Amino acid sequence: MNIPLSHVLAVATALFVIGGAMAAARRSILMILIGVEFMLAAGSLAFVGAALAWGNVSGQAAVILIMGLASAEAALGLALLVHGRRGGGTVDADSYDRLGGDA
Amino acid sequence: MTALGALFYLLAAVLLGAAVLTATRRNPVHAVCCAVVVFLAVGGLFAVLGAPLPGVLMVVVYAGAIMVLFLFIIMLLGLPAGDGPLPLRRLLVPGILAAATLTALFVLIGADPAAKSLLPAAMASPGAVGTILFDTYWLAVEAVSILLFAALAAALLLGRGRSDARQPATEGRSA
Repeated sequence: MNIPLSHVLAVATALFVIGGAMAAARRSILMILIGVEFMLAAGSLAFVGAALAWGNVSGQAAVILIMGLASAEAALGLALLVHGRRGGGTVDADSYDRLGGDA
Repeated sequence: MTALGALFYLLAAVLLGAAVLTATRRNPVHAVCCAVVVFLAVGGLFAVLGAPLPGVLMVVVYAGAIMVLFLFIIMLLGLPAGDGPLPLRRLLVPGILAAATLTALFVLIGADPAAKSLLPAAMASPGAVGTILFDTYWLAVEAVSILLFAALAAALLLGRGRSDARQPATEGRSA
C-alpha cells in the first residue's frame, strides 16, 4: 500500500493533539466533549494501523470496545451538560463547581 | 503510489483540516458539522487500513448517532451561536503546548525503525473480527455492556429535571 506505519501514527498523533488542544482551549462543555471524542478516535486509528502492521485482528476488536466506551462517555457527558444548564443556566466549564442541582 | 495510498493521504488531509476547523469555530452547529466530517474521514481511513467493520461502525455510531445527539442537545438548549473563528489569544497557549507535544511525538515516531516498514494491503473480514470479539474478549464486551447500562441509568437520572431529581437519589442511597 506504500504507506509506512509511521504515517498512520503521525495522523493519529495530530488528531489526538488537536483534540487535546480543543479540550484545553474551549470553554463550552460541548466543545470539550467533542475534543475528547477526537482523542478517542485518534487512539482507535492507532489501534487499526497497528492491527494492520502486525496482522492481528485484536486491534480492531479493541476499536469496537473503545467505541462502546465513547458512546457511554458522550451520553453521560451530554446528560451532565443538560443537567448543568438547567441548574446553572450556562454551559461554561469555568462555572461548573458543583453538581448538587441547586447551584 | 497506489490508489489506496493516495486515498489515505487525501482522507488524512480532510481529517486534519476539518479537525482544525472544529477546534476554532465559535458557532457550535458549525463545529459539530465539521466534527461529522472528521468522523466520516476516520471511518474511511479505517476502511483503507483494512478494517471495514470498525469503519462502518465509526460512520454509523459516531457520525450517525453521537454527532446527531450533539446537534439535538444544541437545539434543545439553544446554545449561543458565535460567529467566525476563535480569537487568536484564546488559542495561543493551547496552540504552543500542542505544537510542542506534536514535535516531541513526531520525533519519537521518527526514531522508531520498526515504524518505517511499509504496511501490507490486507483486509480483515468482519466475521473474523466478530469471532475474536466474542471469543477472546467476551469479558471486555460484558464490561462495556454494563458500562453502557450504567451510563443509561445515570443519564436518565440526570435528565429527570430539578424538581424530582432528589427523590430517586436518596432512595438509591438508602437501598
